[in-house]
Amino acid sequence: MLSLILVFAAIAAFALGGLPSCIISPRTSAGRVLAAVFSLAGGLLGLAGLAVFAFGSSLGEAFTLAQGGPASLDLAWVLPWGSFSVALDPLSAVFLAPVFAIPALGSLYGLGYRSDREDRGVRRLLDPFYGILAASMALVLIARDGVLFLIAWEVMAMAAFFAATSEDEGDEVRRAGWVYLIATHIGTLCLFAMFSLWNAETGSFALLPSQGILASGGILFVLAVAGFGFKAGLMPLHVWLPAAHANAPSQVSGVMSGVMLKLGIYGIIRVCSLMPIAPAWWGTTLLVAGAVTGIAGIAFAIGQSDIKRMLAYSSIENIGIIAMGMGLALLGRTNERWDWILLGLGAALFHVWNHALFKSLLFFASGGVVHAAETRDMDALGGIARRAPALAGLFLVASLAICALPPLNGFAGEWLLYLGLFRTLDIGGVGGGIISAPVAAVAAVALALIGSLAVAAFVRLYGAVFLGSPRSGQAEMVHEPRAAMLIPMAILAAACLALGVFPRIALIPIEAAVRSWAPTIPAGASIANIASLWWTAPLGTVLAAIALTMALLTRSFRRRARGAAATRAASTAAPGAISGAPGTWDCGYARPTPRMQYTGSSFGASIVHMLAFVLWPRGGREKAKGFFPASWRHEASVPDAILDRAIMPVVEWGGSYLPRIRVFQRGQTHMYVLYVLIITIALLVFSWMGA
Amino acid sequence: MIELLNALLVIVLVLNLFALGNSRILSVIRIVAVQGALLGVIPLLVHERITTPALIAAVAAIGLKGIAIPAIMIRSLRAAEIKREVEPLVGLLPSIILGALATAVVLLFSRKLGAASEAASNMIIPASISTVLVGFILLITRFKALSQVLGYLVLENGIFIFGMLLIEAIPLVVEMGLLLDLFVGIFVISIITNHINQAFSSMDTRELVSLKE
Repeated sequence: MLSLILVFAAIAAFALGGLPSCIISPRTSAGRVLAAVFSLAGGLLGLAGLAVFAFGSSLGEAFTLAQGGPASLDLAWVLPWGSFSVALDPLSAVFLAPVFAIPALGSLYGLGYRSDREDRGVRRLLDPFYGILAASMALVLIARDGVLFLIAWEVMAMAAFFAATSEDEGDEVRRAGWVYLIATHIGTLCLFAMFSLWNAETGSFALLPSQGILASGGILFVLAVAGFGFKAGLMPLHVWLPAAHANAPSQVSGVMSGVMLKLGIYGIIRVCSLMPIAPAWWGTTLLVAGAVTGIAGIAFAIGQSDIKRMLAYSSIENIGIIAMGMGLALLGRTNERWDWILLGLGAALFHVWNHALFKSLLFFASGGVVHAAETRDMDALGGIARRAPALAGLFLVASLAICALPPLNGFAGEWLLYLGLFRTLDIGGVGGGIISAPVAAVAAVALALIGSLAVAAFVRLYGAVFLGSPRSGQAEMVHEPRAAMLIPMAILAAACLALGVFPRIALIPIEAAVRSWAPTIPAGASIANIASLWWTAPLGTVLAAIALTMALLTRSFRRRARGAAATRAASTAAPGAISGAPGTWDCGYARPTPRMQYTGSSFGASIVHMLAFVLWPRGGREKAKGFFPASWRHEASVPDAILDRAIMPVVEWGGSYLPRIRVFQRGQTHMYVLYVLIITIALLVFSWMGA
Repeated sequence: MIELLNALLVIVLVLNLFALGNSRILSVIRIVAVQGALLGVIPLLVHERITTPALIAAVAAIGLKGIAIPAIMIRSLRAAEIKREVEPLVGLLPSIILGALATAVVLLFSRKLGAASEAASNMIIPASISTVLVGFILLITRFKALSQVLGYLVLENGIFIFGMLLIEAIPLVVEMGLLLDLFVGIFVISIITNHINQAFSSMDTRELVSLKE
């Protein structure tokens, strides 16, 4: 019970912390500081609650009085449906950890993100809704009643809308907000249908595991995948995601991508846990959807030139990886293969944590760049590593982690998934095993493809933004961010490293969550037994040692090279000599300029071209005239295939016909009264006919 | 008793038609005031004996509808310096015919609506519905803000008549709340019309269209 009380305290702190910002004059920084203090307190309280929940039994007598019962609460309320029913279980706890940690760090980061002068109106909207977003996400995770869940879910969706569009001066921001609003409500509609169906099937809105097979289990599953898939960003349903993440303030993007998307994942996992008997096609569906989402997501990421858009597509890719893990776990449950469940769901949950850590770090770091340079176009940036080395280092850590390279956490998570997918090759299951095994094997190949494309995407991003020399004046404005921004990023990077080197720490709570999801797993089985992970620590040490040696070697080499160049420059310094004489590897360019560098677009062009059948890139080039053309243009962009090529044309088509309906909205009270009268008379006639 | 009640209701219906046919706003205000005062008497006639709630309702209705609201409206009419509704959407004579038709149709069909048997007079329901309809017609066809307020008043009068059926079922508090709402609403509208008139030098609600989005 104490754990639940602490979680509620955290929710209250998050929800109320931002309110002073609305009241206190934006000229002083008191409101924002209060908001940050409150959400840090909320984060700590919540994590303390989770710690009590995890170690509660061993904490001893001090808490026995306060604990006094299981971590659940069931109260009647005034609404005609459902009840205020909340509980804490290992699955909720695994998802709650990032919900408490990331927003707290993000609010600290937000303190340094903008100066008071730049803020003004934005904070009044941002602070309260940012807090409410965190609070409602926590409430979603502990809700055990369909109605309460939906209420919390809708509050979360709306809070995210207001937080993401708080910088609403630009048309682009407002458009992104609209698309998000529509997408999230279609998703919520699916969930309404799902919970109503659940109520009809089981007789209550309580989210308790059903006994036996439900007649409409398949429909429930499809509705859940569709409804939660909109939030998580499974591939055809991801339309709102890139623009919303790109246009939100960076701490909101970090929280949305790192945490909020995972609530869609949580929803699917939770609904699957309510229906213990799953046909094989559930798992296969998720596996295929995950693979498609992963490959297409990262392929679109390579085509983007907007840093935050690219990161958003990479989030879609990671959601795909998580969905693959869930698919494997569902197949395992169908085939009674507990090792698939352990590895699949374990990998999925582990990746939920990992992605929360490194993607929020990436968004925070890119926020530092974007805010200073005032552009998100990576082809206008470059050479930032020299101006902001700490920022570049943190970004590098996160990029390595997201590419699943050892010894960072991304590797540990995907390693489990690989092991799990390979285990499906020994066809031993019943029934669905014969169909599912090839699918799963193909999924392993898809995962490998995703991994390699991710490396390409992040080499491109890091190379274009941080290496080379600045491509524009905007890139030269970038400076090292303030300590308030760097500290949360450093904490996240340290967590990435810690989970990569000691993945077993994370596996303890994750395994408990997997067990609560599939209680049939035998007591002796554990992830550590089937997936050897002891070597991550030595491997990490060795790799760190190699990296350190390389760094030292480079440094001394550079110093020597710089000394040599200085002496050469001194000896050749003559009147009229070209400054910056061509070096050995300059390909004969006497006067290289920053614009001659490879841009992100040119780096990605080969891959975009290769995947053109999925990406449908847009763009073209002018024909060059003459031998020495004075000017020449080339354009390339990769619009979202679903939103810009499928949905928007339909919407525009509708937009040209539907305004005719506006005739009815005249703005004259008389007409509205007339409508009321017509409806009243119609109802009278209707009731008279009925009688 | 019932004869008296029926006579009153018929007068109310006739006043409806007068309100529809008069273009001078001052006269319409007076007509609606008389209607309100007559309605105030009805609670005393509906039931055999005079109960406290009925008495309070009667006093409040006469005080508010017969005296207070018309006084406010006449004041704001003087301040606004307008005299008549210039060009209603539907002309005066057609709107009288429309009102008469509505009243006739309601009288014809009210038997089918049931519930009439329990009422003290079988005129109450048709009178209330046709008054509501006349209120609607006023609201739809008149453009001056003050005429619209009168439309709302007539509409409320219709609802008030209907409430007579239920004066013992509906708590007195609800009835009083309704009256208070009406009073405050008209108070506010009268003040606003004054300000609108000063700011835009027009009281035509058609000018307010630009607020629609």
